[in-house]
Amino acid sequence: MSSIILAVAARLIFPLMLMFSLFLLLRGHDAPGGGFVGGLVAAAAFALFAFATSVTRARDALRRSTFHLIGLGLLCAFVSGLPGLFGEQPFLTALWTGVTVPVIGKLSSVLLFDTGVLLVVVGVTLTIVFAMAEADEEED
Amino acid sequence: MLNAVLAGFVLALAAPLVARYVPRQAGAVLALVPAGLFVWFLNNAEPALGPGIVERWPWAPLPGVALSFRLDGLSLLMALIISGVGALILLYAGGYMQGNAQAGRLYATLSAFMASMLGLVLADNLIALFIFWELTSVTSFLLIGWHFREERSRAAALQALIITGGGGLALLAGFVLIGLVSGTWEITALAAQAGVLQESALYLPILLLLWLGAASKSAQFPFHFWLPGAMVAPTPVSAYLHSATMVKAGVYLLARLSPALSGTDEWSLLFTVTGLITLLLGGYLSLKQDDMKRMLAYSTVSSLGLLVTLLGLGSKLATEAAALYLLAHALYKGALFMVAGAIDHATGTRDMRRLRGLARALPTSALAAALAGLSMAGVPLLVGFVAKEFIYEAALAGGDLAWLLTLLLLAGNVVFVFVAQQMTLRIFRGTTLRFEHFHAPGVALWAGPLLLAALGLALGLLPEVTAELAGAAARAIYGAPVTIHLFVLPGSINPMLVLSVVTLIAGVVLYRRRVAHEPWLEWLDQGPQLGPEAAFRRLMVNLPRFAERVTAFLQNGRLRNYVLTVVGAWLLLLALTWATRGGPGLPSALPQRLADLRFHEIFLVLVIFAGLAGTMLAGTLLVLIVSLGVVGLGTAIIFILFGAPDLAMTQFSIETLGVILFVLVLYRLPGMVRLSPRGTVLRDGVVAGLAGIVVTLLILVITDAPLVSPLKSWFATASEPLGHGHNVVNVILVDFRGFDTLGEITVLGIAAIGIFALLKLRPGRGARADAPKGESGP
Repeated sequence: MSSIILAVAARLIFPLMLMFSLFLLLRGHDAPGGGFVGGLVAAAAFALFAFATSVTRARDALRRSTFHLIGLGLLCAFVSGLPGLFGEQPFLTALWTGVTVPVIGKLSSVLLFDTGVLLVVVGVTLTIVFAMAEADEEED
Repeated sequence: MLNAVLAGFVLALAAPLVARYVPRQAGAVLALVPAGLFVWFLNNAEPALGPGIVERWPWAPLPGVALSFRLDGLSLLMALIISGVGALILLYAGGYMQGNAQAGRLYATLSAFMASMLGLVLADNLIALFIFWELTSVTSFLLIGWHFREERSRAAALQALIITGGGGLALLAGFVLIGLVSGTWEITALAAQAGVLQESALYLPILLLLWLGAASKSAQFPFHFWLPGAMVAPTPVSAYLHSATMVKAGVYLLARLSPALSGTDEWSLLFTVTGLITLLLGGYLSLKQDDMKRMLAYSTVSSLGLLVTLLGLGSKLATEAAALYLLAHALYKGALFMVAGAIDHATGTRDMRRLRGLARALPTSALAAALAGLSMAGVPLLVGFVAKEFIYEAALAGGDLAWLLTLLLLAGNVVFVFVAQQMTLRIFRGTTLRFEHFHAPGVALWAGPLLLAALGLALGLLPEVTAELAGAAARAIYGAPVTIHLFVLPGSINPMLVLSVVTLIAGVVLYRRRVAHEPWLEWLDQGPQLGPEAAFRRLMVNLPRFAERVTAFLQNGRLRNYVLTVVGAWLLLLALTWATRGGPGLPSALPQRLADLRFHEIFLVLVIFAGLAGTMLAGTLLVLIVSLGVVGLGTAIIFILFGAPDLAMTQFSIETLGVILFVLVLYRLPGMVRLSPRGTVLRDGVVAGLAGIVVTLLILVITDAPLVSPLKSWFATASEPLGHGHNVVNVILVDFRGFDTLGEITVLGIAAIGIFALLKLRPGRGARADAPKGESGP
């Protein structure tokens, strides 16, 4: 699947989609969006990149194996639940720092949790997409 | 007491390190911990024998599950046996395993077992007891399968696990019933509920479930066969788990629950009959063994049957006899097992036909065996003697069938005398044989058994101590004050003494005749292959076959059949519910709702319908995918129209990714094939259509009724102040119901690994080294 139009378009769209994914994640708590959709968009971005170039290059762009992303995401989500325990509260009790950082917004354990969701979704989706695409490439 | 249990588990963790750094003294070093526990329990004997010591740690407070411990007379007796024998066993294992690179594994598992067993006898909460019960099953599995490279060991381990584990499940069910009926999980509180329990309609089910648990664990008929099989384990394991401690767990459970459950005809009948069958069957089977360990194993089965019989009788005398015999048996049987192991270690064989005149070569082991054998045979001055006196006294007072009971117990005891002589006279007396690889066992191998056997003599000579110890245990079992009046020798000639003498004489005669191979005893060797084990084997062969057939029927590899099964079953259940319980009428507001429809909504529905029609009529895969996309996007627009932007966004993303995935696999799929004949399609269509109509009606009916749940408005108002977010959906996902989400993403991750495996490791391709690291390429 080599097409100049696709390759050029992908190069332009790819960073935009990643930024959109981040945007969805950060605004998710107050407006439509969130980790799940954000993850799907990011995964779509990498899938597009893989089509335009090759799965190998898409994997390189991802830097980490998709399984690492899943593990990291689960770790984030799990860790975000721990602070509550120190306050003698149930696991996963949200913790709000009250600090507002420009661009990111209100800092909280919830954001870490949602980031975990995003990472897992990206990891899962890309695991499937890459595996299928590789099976496809092998047979070419 | 929690610390005592934890100490055992910590010991298990430390054991491999000790075995690595001080391999020679590992056994002795590790034995210090159980020895310390033994001293600790002794120090606490006074309060334990009085009011008892209670400890309670909350665990799951809502259902009333607590990690509560209680040290009373019965627990103390068991804890002393477990820690005391445990220390000797670890010492013994140190000698037995000398030079074995895997010794650390054995020490660790033995220690873990000891901790679990201590927890079992100390636990005062049914659920806590069950957890420890299962832990002993698991550690026993690991220990029986210690030689895991041997098929025989694995099979024996699995057999024991399936039987004791299956019994454990029944036990859990029984515990749950007890908890439901009595309203408490605390064992101490159960005694006060005895009346409620015994009058409940669930009393018999409870009893039967307990029977399954206790009988499987304590190797009662018909589950007795796993215990001799377990003899493939190293001897320290057999001596510890399969004679002195773990197999007593079932007996202990019956004893522990006696105050709450015993005293009824059902209890007596169930456990007396089971116990007697086991006593006689075990005795009969032990008569024809040539392997020392197997003989001792069957004899243990027999002893456990005796204990269960006594607990089944449940009288004051029987309880006293049970407590005394429990103690005597742990001492002499543990010692005899260890002697058998030492002989095996020294000569390389356990076959009694090849052993003779070992007294000269193994004088200390011979002394230990002699003392233990005397106690087993019930010779005066030893603790085994007084235990037997009490057993006969209890039997003679056993009501209408006392004569039959006494006769059967006599038969069982005669066999004990026989086994005692096999373990002493037969192998130690006579001319010395020469063994090729004989090496004398070290002190670790004979000190333990000698100490245990000597303790049997000491307790026989110190009736006050024995009476105190066993009396406290009997009190806990009987549930009322019990004082044992013990003696070294009976003051006068009474029926029990006569019976004891008869037992001894009969045992000696039996042994003489059998060793002389008298023809009239040959029938013993001809015995038929026994039923339960064969039945178990058949079950184990047929169960997978059955599973295979069921799987082949239900999971035939055709997705269309799965969907039909799922949807069809759902419709059927719905129809059943409707027919039996009645259902809501037709939605009343339907005409009004139809009139409210707006033009663009109707148009959207038509588009979705068109997409559906395209899906069904598509002639090529491409058309199929595009049609499905139309349906999906149409649905997403509906979400937008009705105020669910989050859902719509997710749906759009999923549709996009779906298209990408389809593009990837499109060329790899076979062309569009019509798989089903017209009739099948029609059938599927009817089912699908019905399901669609029913769901629509259900939704209409449900939304007809006013929404009474306060959740919706609560979430809407609480989202900002509590969750600091305006997007209610997101706040619910990541905060209010965060735990659900955590579970869901975990499932997602697991699913991804499964899909990856399916795609990458297809049969015939073998495992490939590509993928995760991105080294693969075209």
